[in-house]
Amino acid sequence: MTDMLLEIVDLHVKYGNIEVLHGINLKVTEGEIVTILGANGAGKYTTLLTISGLVRAARGAIYFDKTPLHKLPAHKVVKEGIAQVPEGRRVFGTLTVQENLNLGAFVSRDSARVKRTREWIHHLFPILGERRHQLAGTLSGGEQQMLAIGRALMSEPRILLLDEPSLGLAPLLVKTIFQTLREINQTGVTVLLVEQNARAALKFANRGYVMELGKIVLDDEAQALISNPEVQQAYLGGAA
Amino acid sequence: MEQFLQQLTNGLAVGSIYALIALGYTMVYGVLKLINFAHSELVTLGAYLGLTLLTSLALADRLGPLLGVLLLAVMVMGLIAVVGAMLDRVAYRPLRQSPRLSAVVSALGASIFLQNTIMLIYGARYLNYPHDILPKMTIHMVGIDVPLVRILILCVSILMMGGLFFFIQKTKVGTAIRAAAIDQGAAKLVGIDVNLVVLLVFLVGPALGGAAGLMLGLYYGQINFAMGWSYGLKAFTAAILGGIGNIPGAMLGGLLLGVVEAMGATYISFAWKDAIAFLVLILILIVRPTGLLGERVAEKV
Ligand SMILES: Nc1ncnc2c1ncn2[C@@H]1O[C@H](COP(=O)(O)OP(=O)(O)OP(=O)(O)O)[C@@H](O)[C@H]1O
Ligand SMILES: [Mg+2]
Repeated sequence: MTDMLLEIVDLHVKYGNIEVLHGINLKVTEGEIVTILGANGAGKYTTLLTISGLVRAARGAIYFDKTPLHKLPAHKVVKEGIAQVPEGRRVFGTLTVQENLNLGAFVSRDSARVKRTREWIHHLFPILGERRHQLAGTLSGGEQQMLAIGRALMSEPRILLLDEPSLGLAPLLVKTIFQTLREINQTGVTVLLVEQNARAALKFANRGYVMELGKIVLDDEAQALISNPEVQQAYLGGAA
Repeated sequence: MEQFLQQLTNGLAVGSIYALIALGYTMVYGVLKLINFAHSELVTLGAYLGLTLLTSLALADRLGPLLGVLLLAVMVMGLIAVVGAMLDRVAYRPLRQSPRLSAVVSALGASIFLQNTIMLIYGARYLNYPHDILPKMTIHMVGIDVPLVRILILCVSILMMGGLFFFIQKTKVGTAIRAAAIDQGAAKLVGIDVNLVVLLVFLVGPALGGAAGLMLGLYYGQINFAMGWSYGLKAFTAAILGGIGNIPGAMLGGLLLGVVEAMGATYISFAWKDAIAFLVLILILIVRPTGLLGERVAEKV
């Protein structure tokens, strides 16, 4: 009944000679929301970069719906149905909001579909429609985050990878973003979310992985993680 | 007044050639943050290949001057584009992950290598373009007689620049090139094949440079294996003037430099013609290092 969408098997990643991921195993089922928690430098974003093909695996494998991803160059990973909202948003600052969104659909051929997706994104984030001719670099941090999410969605991904979408945003906006992500998930897009904001992430996700120093040390249902004393101690600021 | 208008049209024609060359520098810089020092030699090679093809194929005799020169330009652009792509493959691509300085040194090496190759093949003496290719006629406009070749150069350059501008600003692939110039990692994340973008830049830039070389031959009538040095420097100045990495900037910078230089040579002193470009370069680096249209600070090379 549940279909495995993403499977990471014994993933090792090195930067130069330094190994930062020491054998990660992770599974995401179609339709799920999964979060990766962990302290600074644990290797959370490195995991996302490796899935997207921007960083190569030293050992191990990544399968996406049984297709091996770890051999594909980054631009082909997108075609498989994987989109990323990168660390620091990375919108194209000197291009307009509209151009940024259109680039998100760079791999799509069907312009009618692209138009429909863009309308859907304008519905999710109306500000992106209103500001379509503004340069992306002049948007506020929150608006840039929305644009980064919108741009990723333009390729109509089956899975959306996000690195800390809540970073630097006011609590109210964080809530809105998570609500929108849930709405996106309900349309069938699987979500893999890296977060420092463990409380918000665990409330939002179905399951979670806890990463420490390049290893997965815990994985469980989100509910179970919230009530896990160790997790409370380390990531939720004491008893919840 | 007559002299002013003559110099203005002359400056615009020469400036549009600078602009075409400057585009090659600026496009490569935009995507790779590399000054392709060998670009000036591609311009020289364009001038020489143009001469070779012109004399060996006798295109102008067979097709008439205009069509003949047009076909010649297409051939030269195609050939230089291929040389440009090969240059990237051999001199720059192996160093993509290396420190920036390695690529700069490689660029200088490639420049010297190409210049010497041209000298060995064609010799060190000046060669003359045949005078009788384009009709020697002038066209009467804005109260002066303007040589046909000047008008042709200006029109063809503006056509090519307009085409490039449209391609870069309005098409999907053009937008992808701009995106890759802003952030290669983010470009890959939306599915852009950055290697392909680099290849494209090393085809288009050199093609325009080759066309510029041919125009220099046709305009001045004389070419030399070392000519790339001075035109390269001026075009590089034009690129900085407009804002390196900025495509409309290179066009504007080229035209502006051409006019300033022509005016300076006429009204100040002809002996100072080549110094004017240096002066402009120094001034712009002091007053506005980002160039006229540049938004990014020019990085140290
Ligand atoms: N380009 C790089 N070169 C060398 N080391 C790197 C590079 N990028 C990341 N690292 C190292 O890899 C480790 C994991 O980094 P990563 O960005 O994946 O951590 P993270 O879990 O996302 O941390 P944070 O929560 O602080 O964002 C860190 O020790 C970091 O210093
Ligand atoms: Mg991180």
